[in-house]
Amino acid sequence: MKINRLSKGAVLLAVAGLAVAACGSDDTATPATTPTSGVAAAGCDASKAPATLTKVKLQLQWFTQAQFAGYFAAADQGCYAAEGLDVEIIEGGVEIVPQKQLADGQVDFALSWVPKALASREAGADIVDIAQIYQRSGTLQVSFKDKGIKTAADFKGKKIGNWGFGNEYEIFAALSKNGLDPATDVTLLAQQFDMAGLLSGDIDAAEAMTYNEYAQVLESKNEATGKLYTADDLNVVSYEAEGVGMLQDAIWADAKKLASDATYKETAVKFVKASIQGWIYCRDNAASCRDIVVAKGSKLGASHQLWQMNEVNKLVWPATGGIGVIDQAAWDRTAKIAQETKNLEGAAVLTKAPDAGAFTNDIVNEALQQLKDAGVDVTGSSFVPLTVELAEGGN
Amino acid sequence: MVPGALVLMIVLWEGYKAIGPENGADVFGVRLIPRTSDRAMPHVVEMLRRFGRPEVGGGSSRTVFDAVFAATWYSFRVALLGLVLGVCFGLLIAMLMARFNLLRKGLMPYLIISQTVPLIALAPLTVSWGGRLKLGSFEWQKWMSAAMLSAFLAFFPVAVGAIRGFASPPAASLELMDSYAATWWQGFRKLRFPAALAYLMPAFKLAAAAAVVGVVVSEISIGLRFGIGRLILSYSQEATGDPAKVYTAVVGAAVLGLAMAALVSLVDRTLSKNRPAEAQA
Repeated sequence: MKINRLSKGAVLLAVAGLAVAACGSDDTATPATTPTSGVAAAGCDASKAPATLTKVKLQLQWFTQAQFAGYFAAADQGCYAAEGLDVEIIEGGVEIVPQKQLADGQVDFALSWVPKALASREAGADIVDIAQIYQRSGTLQVSFKDKGIKTAADFKGKKIGNWGFGNEYEIFAALSKNGLDPATDVTLLAQQFDMAGLLSGDIDAAEAMTYNEYAQVLESKNEATGKLYTADDLNVVSYEAEGVGMLQDAIWADAKKLASDATYKETAVKFVKASIQGWIYCRDNAASCRDIVVAKGSKLGASHQLWQMNEVNKLVWPATGGIGVIDQAAWDRTAKIAQETKNLEGAAVLTKAPDAGAFTNDIVNEALQQLKDAGVDVTGSSFVPLTVELAEGGN
Repeated sequence: MVPGALVLMIVLWEGYKAIGPENGADVFGVRLIPRTSDRAMPHVVEMLRRFGRPEVGGGSSRTVFDAVFAATWYSFRVALLGLVLGVCFGLLIAMLMARFNLLRKGLMPYLIISQTVPLIALAPLTVSWGGRLKLGSFEWQKWMSAAMLSAFLAFFPVAVGAIRGFASPPAASLELMDSYAATWWQGFRKLRFPAALAYLMPAFKLAAAAAVVGVVVSEISIGLRFGIGRLILSYSQEATGDPAKVYTAVVGAAVLGLAMAALVSLVDRTLSKNRPAEAQA
């Protein structure tokens, strides 16, 4: 009996011990602050970094990918360190809402699309757009040529895929603009986050980001021919070109802290400046930025990441008013669509116009001035995108 | 049993793929018969081959097998911690409910309510709460949220099973204890707890499954790195061009479930070996 009891205890103890020991070792991603290449490339000199760095947390919208390359590059190239910042880049998840993390005080800065952040703002989150990194919208509606969907006006009578969750407002705005009734003139279908629905023919035109889902189609084999699909097989409706593009990735900060805390404001300028340096580095070194992102553990293939980097660059550059500056016209258009466009449930993103405190160009202008003084090109007017060949599966 | 079930599954998968309609079929306008195209249902061989190829092409990266194995192992450890915590908490609750009549009557509805809270709503909250928690150098990590949610799901079947189990001894036995002037604690140790073992083992198995679900779902929900749930999500984003890849991660999740079940069976066997059968009068 005694032996038996002992052995029982041993098994239970072993199980518990294993569980505890197993979780003791923690392998959280550590932020990169050490540059892997020389100082010159991004113009950031990490050796100028002060002895003690200010800790800063940045919340991304999703997993590590080239969509956020500028921030990873700024960390990798020592731009953050040169400004005296130790930036921890926190990945998103399905249920992580970056602007809520920011409003909750979990992070210092967060990335978010403008309409989504404005909706949170209206719901009470005291946040402010301090740098509009993406100058244009990257949302597309992609279809095969035989469907004959060249503009949003051709949506009539078609099966239109959309992601929902607030990602559908550009579609609705384009429909309204063309005099189509979302309820009767088109069939709206919920779309997965892959493009299987388009390839199988369930959806006539699928929602896609230039830098992600569109590439996924071009990485897939046409089962009829055994070859990859090409851009010639597809029609693309760009919401930016349709005039209903809404502002996307922007850096958001805590509005109250920005107004009352001088140190935080100073940190914000430094953070925006270094982040912009990262984006400039990626503009001029797309392949190197791809490698930085891949090294950070992105699961997407190398050619897909380079494609993404290149397409993201197209959304950022050229930036006529300087990277990160919020263009009043684009802002007003985004706010107008957010107020006036109703989805099928009859809800608009916003009930009233966002107040003047929803964005500020003060931070980004100060950061840009410092960069301009140092002779850095912050508009990228001569930016020429690469031509990226996608391989099967993005590899 | 396990190899047999595996073969059966492969036969079913490939068999349906062979005879099912390539493009599926609609029943009353709803697609009920799934597609069998290679994109929708890759061949099992293709999935196995995918295990051997690099996870990320265009560079020297680890194979998918290594990636899936590492992720499964990571999730296994978190799920195990969740299970252990859940079992302890479940037993404690059941013990308190067995001891105090008021709790027995009052707590049950709350236990049930606890399981109706959607996990995906709770997951980001625990990250948020955890983020505010700072004790000296201790900082809340995301995996702790996953383990907590795993425990949150796992405790329920244990608590319910244990409540039944602790109440299972016949009145005559309980009265016998009373006649010995046994304390409540003595009665619990010598009578109620041993009697509950038969109820606990099935409960542990349910809890093990719940712990795995808790970890996988919270990984997806909060974007916890390294785990198998996250890997399924990552790979499924590539499902358009690389459909076999996501199934490798699904296989990993299935193995995770099997490993947890096997572990519980092992504990079960150890505990029930030489368990004295009740003497029949």
